[in-house]
Amino acid sequence: MFSHKILERNSSLLLVVSLLVVSVGGIVEIAPLFYLENTIEKVKGVRPYSPLELMGYNIYKREGCNLCHSQMIRPFRDEVERYGHYSLAAESMYDHPFMWGSKRTGPDLARVGGRYSDEWHREHLIKPTNLVPESIMPGYPFLMKPLKVHDIAAHLKANKLVGVPYTDEQIKNAKTDLYAQADPESDGAEDVAARYPKAQVRAFDGDPETLTEMDAVIAYLQVLGTMVDFSTYDAKANLR
Amino acid sequence: METYTLMRQFADSWGLLYLVVVFIAVVIFAFRPGSKKYYSEQAQIPLKEEQNKDD
Amino acid sequence: MDPISTLITVAVSILAALLALFAASQAHDSIFFIHMLVFALAFGLMALTLVRKCNFAGGDGRSVAAEDTYCDTIVRYGVIAIAFWGVVGFAVGVLIAFQLAFPNLNFDLPWTNFGRLRPLHTSAVIFAFGGNALIATSFYIVQRTCRVRLSLEPLAWFVFWGYQLFIVLAATGYVLGATQGKEYAEPEWYVDLWLTVVWVAYLLVFLVTLMRRKEPHIYVANWFLLAFIVTVALLHVVNGLAVPVSLYSSTSYAAFSGVQSALVQWWYAHNAVGFFLTAGFLGMMYYFIPKQANRPVYSYRLSIVHFWAIIFLYMWAGPHHLHYTALPDWAQTLGMVFSVMLWMPSWGGMINGLMTLSGAWDKLRTDPILRFFVASVAFYGMATFEGPLMSIKAVNGLSHYTDWTIGHVHSGALGWNALITFGALYFLTPKLWGAKQMYSNRLINWHFWIAMLGICIYAASMWVSGITQGLMWREYNAEGFLVYSFAETVLILHPFYVLRAVGGLLFLFGALLMVYNMWKTIRGEREVDQPISQVITVGA
Repeated sequence: MFSHKILERNSSLLLVVSLLVVSVGGIVEIAPLFYLENTIEKVKGVRPYSPLELMGYNIYKREGCNLCHSQMIRPFRDEVERYGHYSLAAESMYDHPFMWGSKRTGPDLARVGGRYSDEWHREHLIKPTNLVPESIMPGYPFLMKPLKVHDIAAHLKANKLVGVPYTDEQIKNAKTDLYAQADPESDGAEDVAARYPKAQVRAFDGDPETLTEMDAVIAYLQVLGTMVDFSTYDAKANLR
Repeated sequence: METYTLMRQFADSWGLLYLVVVFIAVVIFAFRPGSKKYYSEQAQIPLKEEQNKDD
Repeated sequence: MDPISTLITVAVSILAALLALFAASQAHDSIFFIHMLVFALAFGLMALTLVRKCNFAGGDGRSVAAEDTYCDTIVRYGVIAIAFWGVVGFAVGVLIAFQLAFPNLNFDLPWTNFGRLRPLHTSAVIFAFGGNALIATSFYIVQRTCRVRLSLEPLAWFVFWGYQLFIVLAATGYVLGATQGKEYAEPEWYVDLWLTVVWVAYLLVFLVTLMRRKEPHIYVANWFLLAFIVTVALLHVVNGLAVPVSLYSSTSYAAFSGVQSALVQWWYAHNAVGFFLTAGFLGMMYYFIPKQANRPVYSYRLSIVHFWAIIFLYMWAGPHHLHYTALPDWAQTLGMVFSVMLWMPSWGGMINGLMTLSGAWDKLRTDPILRFFVASVAFYGMATFEGPLMSIKAVNGLSHYTDWTIGHVHSGALGWNALITFGALYFLTPKLWGAKQMYSNRLINWHFWIAMLGICIYAASMWVSGITQGLMWREYNAEGFLVYSFAETVLILHPFYVLRAVGGLLFLFGALLMVYNMWKTIRGEREVDQPISQVITVGA
């Protein structure tokens, strides 16, 4: 017969039973998220990041932007009015990992795309207080340095391995797409927009000559929250 | 949706009951009559240790 | 170790050093290059130390040390590491607190900006200070309560130094810009792998020591410590799953994305709190409070219920970090319900710790070390009341994204984790270095009250600033428009941010007093002029 005394005297059994007990909560909560079909809404428009946007995502992550800026608008009246439509699970389905954040030392950025001009972002990132005197955000003048790009195709491949549906064509052209998106005059500019629907092709940092980290960050910020077409989104059908 | 409803109903009824029973069993076991002496010996473990020789 | 196993280990570490050098030569980026050189250096040092320590002339190389009942040298190293990383972690915290009040202190350089220093602060206090506290005290506790010497001693040393290497790799990585972007799990993939190796070694050392115990029963403190070690391994491995861009790159992409990655991450992070900062530290509580009070724990039976309830319930509570997000509602509700239930075992544990003093409360008047322990348990009670409160969706709607969360975390981290660790350091230092008691009881008292003041200023300012900002965000005027722009809410928080930094500064100052006190104790000095010289430290 089972007796607690056995556990109190047998360390490896205590280990196994503890492990079983702690596993219950995690399994019951996490596992269903992977197979319940209604965890992620069915919406049109969400696509994998273009190479330049992906590099921007990486810099956003590297600089810890997510520690002060959330990317998750809650369905409250004030938040929807301040930041836009509440965030959908589908909108971050290609973020490995998610950038929802947990703190708003600065405002939410889930729908910052298209809200400000590229120039505003560049000036703001270099010296935030020049544009927002109350800001306590650090300056990022060092983003004006050239972007390191030698392994961009490997980045796309790694993403594909964890489930982002990059096509072979997108992986093959990763490097040209990366340059072309920040240089509207280049030959590949049209192809980027074809491969990544609604991708914005501009000299984001104002200089089409050199591809900088600033280009990547602004390209990423400008695409945030712009992919889903909310005129076709059916909220009732996606009630969870 | 079907699996979800099924799981939900199970969790709300038998699942809940099961956990409550386990919890009560643990409490009854720990506080069963006669356990006090048994456990008070174990509670003395940290107080009866030997010191290191160089202490 | 005998010469043969020494030679094998030396060969393996030299091979590892060469492998690291090769990886450095192939590096995609400078961070990976630097880190591989660090690895190579560490393995080289390991080989060198092993060769020097081994007595090839035969016989047992550690014959002198082996005569001791317990292996305390490693705990002594641990005690110094705790104090060192504590001061580093607190200092970085004070710096970033001042950065939020005075943004010019960011200097707008990549290595000094808030976004990179914040993980440095959190990791330094949680993993470097807290982790070393857990490793060192668990090695101390498991030996005393099992009445047996630490098993697999060379492996235990590997755990100690391997863990310091993990800290150095993680910390330098953050400053240079290597992060997985998941809070409290920032280290990149190869650092994660290294930690896994070290952690498995830790589990082995602890488990084998338990198995070889001379005491028939496993004391309850060891249950908590064992559950902490094994659960942290589980959490770390699942949450750390990632695919690197290349085997020679410091960048990786997490295995999970979006909503799944959010839930896995907060399942991890909440249980890092639940098992690293709670279960492990409860193990400390169940040992040090009875020792310092010289009385057995209030109710051993309660501690059994406490144990099973807390390890079961904690694992469900993670989703309360994701209220009103795109996480499905059922998961949010589940997280909330279990978080509220957690209140019960948490307070059961607190009562068990506090009531251990029943009939001996007068000791609090004369024993400043006991005061640290009791205050820490009181803070544990407060934080575990506030936590369930904040996990209620309606409250969370206001508190989430604000400084209230930061205040809550710090009342737990400073009040519970740091105070109990300080108490443990004051308890251990004289014992480990063969002194009767600490150099100065007066300084312990000063430390206590300064730390207390610091925590109160910190928690109060964050509480006010969090609620203020939360209310300002949602304030509407009579015409139905939002009253405040985001920037206006930032401006109004300035005085609270200054106050918070001052609170942190006080806490750091208190810790420096402790370091001075420890230093003097280790050197064998005793303060001559003592206003409270009647004090007899019980248990010394």
